[in-house]
Amino acid sequence: MADLHPPSTLAKAPTGIAGFDDIASGGLPAGRPTLVCGAAGCGKTLFAVTFLVNGATLFNENGVFVSFEERAEDIATNVASLGYDMAGLVAEGKIAIDHVRVEPSEIEESGAYDLEGLFIRLGFAVDSIGAKRVVLDTIENLFAGFTDMAVLRSEVRRLFGWIKDRGLTAVITGERGDGQLTRQGLEEYVSDCVVLLDNRVDHQITTRRLRVVKYRGSAHGTNEYPFLIDDKGISVLPVTSADLDYGVPEGVVSSGIAGLDAMLGMGGFYRGSSILVSGEAGTGKTSITSSLIDAACGRGERCLAFVFEESGAQICRNARSIGIDLDRHVRAGLLRFEAARPSVFGLEMHLARMHRDIESFDPAVVVVDPLSALHGPTSELQATLMRMIDLLKGRGITAVFTSLRSERGGEPADDLGVSSLMDAWIKLLHVEANGERSRTLYVIKARGMGHSQQVREFLMSATGISLVEAYIGPAGVMTGTARLVQEAQEKAVRIRRQLDEDRRARAAARSRLTIERQIAELRAGLEAIDDEESRFSEEDATREALLDDERRELRARRNGAE
Amino acid sequence: MSDDILPADEPAADPDSDSGRYKLRLYVAGQTAKSLTAMKNLERFCEQHLAGRYEIEVIDLLKNPQLAAGDQILAIPTLVRRLPSPLKRIIGDLSNTEKVLVGLDIRPKDVTP
Repeated sequence: MADLHPPSTLAKAPTGIAGFDDIASGGLPAGRPTLVCGAAGCGKTLFAVTFLVNGATLFNENGVFVSFEERAEDIATNVASLGYDMAGLVAEGKIAIDHVRVEPSEIEESGAYDLEGLFIRLGFAVDSIGAKRVVLDTIENLFAGFTDMAVLRSEVRRLFGWIKDRGLTAVITGERGDGQLTRQGLEEYVSDCVVLLDNRVDHQITTRRLRVVKYRGSAHGTNEYPFLIDDKGISVLPVTSADLDYGVPEGVVSSGIAGLDAMLGMGGFYRGSSILVSGEAGTGKTSITSSLIDAACGRGERCLAFVFEESGAQICRNARSIGIDLDRHVRAGLLRFEAARPSVFGLEMHLARMHRDIESFDPAVVVVDPLSALHGPTSELQATLMRMIDLLKGRGITAVFTSLRSERGGEPADDLGVSSLMDAWIKLLHVEANGERSRTLYVIKARGMGHSQQVREFLMSATGISLVEAYIGPAGVMTGTARLVQEAQEKAVRIRRQLDEDRRARAAARSRLTIERQIAELRAGLEAIDDEESRFSEEDATREALLDDERRELRARRNGAE
Repeated sequence: MSDDILPADEPAADPDSDSGRYKLRLYVAGQTAKSLTAMKNLERFCEQHLAGRYEIEVIDLLKNPQLAAGDQILAIPTLVRRLPSPLKRIIGDLSNTEKVLVGLDIRPKDVTP
């Protein structure tokens, strides 16, 4: 915002209010009065007190608080809830509080007068602590106490002149009036800087807004900016710049799910990209983000999760059921949950709150779960989300948004019209078939990298999330039990074929064995024949020999008998 | 403690002991025309209506600015009736006699029954 400063710049007194000094190019005009106006309950007094307290504690400028409404003790009590120790600062001599009580019933007017007493009191308070800052809250109450308007107006004008002469940076609060900024037309007198606070109720949700109506001699943001009052004080959300000039961080971060990383060409998401995880109820959006958070914290990165439907503790507990321990990251200070019901604030306030939390926590990864919980008119919603994404991208923060797809299949509402702003979009889908549902996951887009076009079945178990390739075959894509059945059928066919082969092999072996046995038998028969044959021939030979012997004997005997 | 133009002792006397007495304090800022007129007018009233039973203390806030907050002084000049209670304030140069009389709850002696 430095380029907004004109060359010969007006001296500025920073308010220390986060965001406001950006809008006002450095702060309120130093040494001049600023009018802060708005209806009752807008935070005028708070703005003024913050200006003083920050002046005393941060910028070494003491301040005087002149209250025309509340007593000093009441003011100190009221702002104690914001962590401001007014009593302490008063005791240290850094802040002086003067309660100017205007009680019309006690005052009778008789003749000419002026308000020199107020000047003396203010001057005395300023001198006693060497104040540089002054708050008049709400000077319009003076108008109730005095009847001579001509005197009053000229005195008020003189007072503002006096403030300028003394070089005091003043915040003058004024109640919003009909048709003009303040009831008494104070804006006529304070011409240097006018800040308008507004508290609008839309759809039963209040949004505080702030606008710099005029700022003489200085450039300033002209829009209405939402601002926030809570236990951390006031913070104003400057609407982020519309230009897309942010640097692109390099590198890839893992999703913590191996299967998902594998689907992405670069093995993960680009650092600093915006990731949308959309799906119907119960498709595992939060589980995927839990896994992403775990992976980020595992790398030692800080992670801030804005959760709108569950408490942080509940998410931690649920993540445990899929084997992810987020508690240790919370304990280590790496992970912070900011849980709020979406209906507590308007969109702008959510954005302002996120802005502030992101500033203070400085995370590398931001999770918004779910984005769809933020309700509002479509145009406003889209503008808010766009700014949210801008805000994150401008800081190089990896953002993970979940979005609930409506069961009725309202396809356009599916991505809240932000899908074009997202760098990566993971869509989770229920597939219903054969009386069961199974979770599937697609990568719809992933800018700047190739990615798988296939559907994966998405399984959650006590050991974590895993992706299984879905069955893709002639029968179509099958998941869940159908996939299992299909796989089983294929397996059965395979086994049957195997069995057939085995049987054939066995039959062949058997017949070979038979034949071999037959061969062996025949061979044995042959041997037997051979055997017999040789025995016969032996016997023959023996018999021949015997016969020869007998014949010889016979012959011999015959020869002897003769 | 103050620039006494008229004798004004500050006794810590309790108000009821002397119920008829008026304790008045006039706040001014320097010797301006309005201040001088106020002083003159006040003196005149008191002599006329409260002779012998009044005390006037004049405080110049230019000299004692720290006293302004105590009596919730905004306008100059301011006359504060400290006694009898309740506390009353009259602002201006006291040129409107009726208003001063009403403001101070002074009833002219001849009207009092």
